Amino acid sequence: MARNVKEMIIKILAEQALLTPKDVSENSSLESMGIDSLGLVEIIFSIEEAFNITIPFNANDPNNTSFDISSVESIVKAVEHIIDESAKRNNA
Amino acid sequence: MNRVVITGLGAISSLGLNIEEIFDSLKEGRCGIGPLKFLNSERLSVQIGGQIHNYKPEKYFSKQETALYDKFTQFALIAAQQAISSCGIEITEKNTSDVGVILGTAGGGLQTQDENYREVYESGKNRVHPLIVPKLMNNAAASHVSIKYNAQGPCFTIASACSSSNHAMGQALNLIRKGDIKTAITGGSESMLCFGGIKAWEGLRIMSKESCRPFCATRDGMVQGEGAAIFIFEEYEHAKSRGATIFAEVIGFSMSSDAMDIVNPSKEGAARAIAGALTDAKLNPEDIDYINAHGTGTIANDKTECAAIRHAFKAHAKNVMISSTKSMHGHLIGGTGALELVSCILAINESIIPPTINYKQRDPDCDLDVVPNIARDHSVDLTLSNSFAFGGLNAVLALKKLT
Repeated sequence: MARNVKEMIIKILAEQALLTPKDVSENSSLESMGIDSLGLVEIIFSIEEAFNITIPFNANDPNNTSFDISSVESIVKAVEHIIDESAKRNNA
Repeated sequence: MNRVVITGLGAISSLGLNIEEIFDSLKEGRCGIGPLKFLNSERLSVQIGGQIHNYKPEKYFSKQETALYDKFTQFALIAAQQAISSCGIEITEKNTSDVGVILGTAGGGLQTQDENYREVYESGKNRVHPLIVPKLMNNAAASHVSIKYNAQGPCFTIASACSSSNHAMGQALNLIRKGDIKTAITGGSESMLCFGGIKAWEGLRIMSKESCRPFCATRDGMVQGEGAAIFIFEEYEHAKSRGATIFAEVIGFSMSSDAMDIVNPSKEGAARAIAGALTDAKLNPEDIDYINAHGTGTIANDKTECAAIRHAFKAHAKNVMISSTKSMHGHLIGGTGALELVSCILAINESIIPPTINYKQRDPDCDLDVVPNIARDHSVDLTLSNSFAFGGLNAVLALKKLT
């Protein structure tokens, strides 16, 4: 699953940044990909749609969240964490 | 008071994807009304409209842009692009504060509302795309035109139902007359052809299921259309000094309220706006060659409009040419006054009066020269364009050929 989450997130980011997925690396930041605040909100939406999860994110204060958006890697980790948590809740 | 002229034109409607195609259709008396095709349209009792079937957004916009632009914004941007490129004006850091954007629309991003209500109510989805609000707001079209062309002067939208565009162009006129700005990108756009949009109109039971037949004794209602028309209004000396092509002078404007009924029109209210436009333009009824009528094709509007023209024009009512081009492009609601001004500009520049098509039988209540079915060659120096809205709001513009 881990691989799929990463691939899907890279695909979403690349689409938003008008890049091909191979131009997006794990260390890329949203800023380096030219994604602005409006683009970030669209990305959050696309990720929520793709994995059927809810991401804790408030556009008023994008940094004040457990959801770390500093790099592709951190986004993948955060999404995996949310997926795991919601799987646990569903199994409980 | 500054004089104001029109130096740029752009439009898109079921009569054509640009101003030249629309001019040709108006001259031919071509009907742009046909079967409606969109999601759930088979559940409508009204099956016809002036829908732009050959419209392909991907020809004009990127995927990112279409995610952000409702169709009414797309139409406005397409018309604005034509108008700005045809007028040859350059918007720079020096003149940007002197350029305003004032547009009319009634429904705004109605398509976006319709699609997303469907998602959350019918499909049970719990989240919608994050850009729905900036996409559906009524000022989205005006704002995107302002952003795209870096127009930093006054920018706003007027929503007064079927008079929205005439009200908007009237404000543009007044801002330039007064000297607040030199140039305005003005007109209107509408895109109500979606399931919820038409379903709401069906409720009023004033829609025709066959065709739009204004002033005809057999008329049985209005037919909706979609599209946009945008003009460059410019201060006369400014236009002259840069050698601009001038399509017409905007010489008068007047507005009034019936203060009577929320849907039924009033002869007196309409006549006051018509007479007011003449007074503002310092004209007499005899000076007017052509009126582009509001002419919706409903029993009430056409009868009342003819009575208002008789009231305001007295003996000259019999001589003035009147046509309703809604018979061809349908009723663009908040964009209608803008698209109808295109007919006035055609009449002034090419000496051709676009006809009222689908006219079959004389109605004694509408017994004026309605230019039935076939366009007429006739030189035109002065025209009026009428808009009368639900809520009793009347707005009339006067155009003059600049010789």
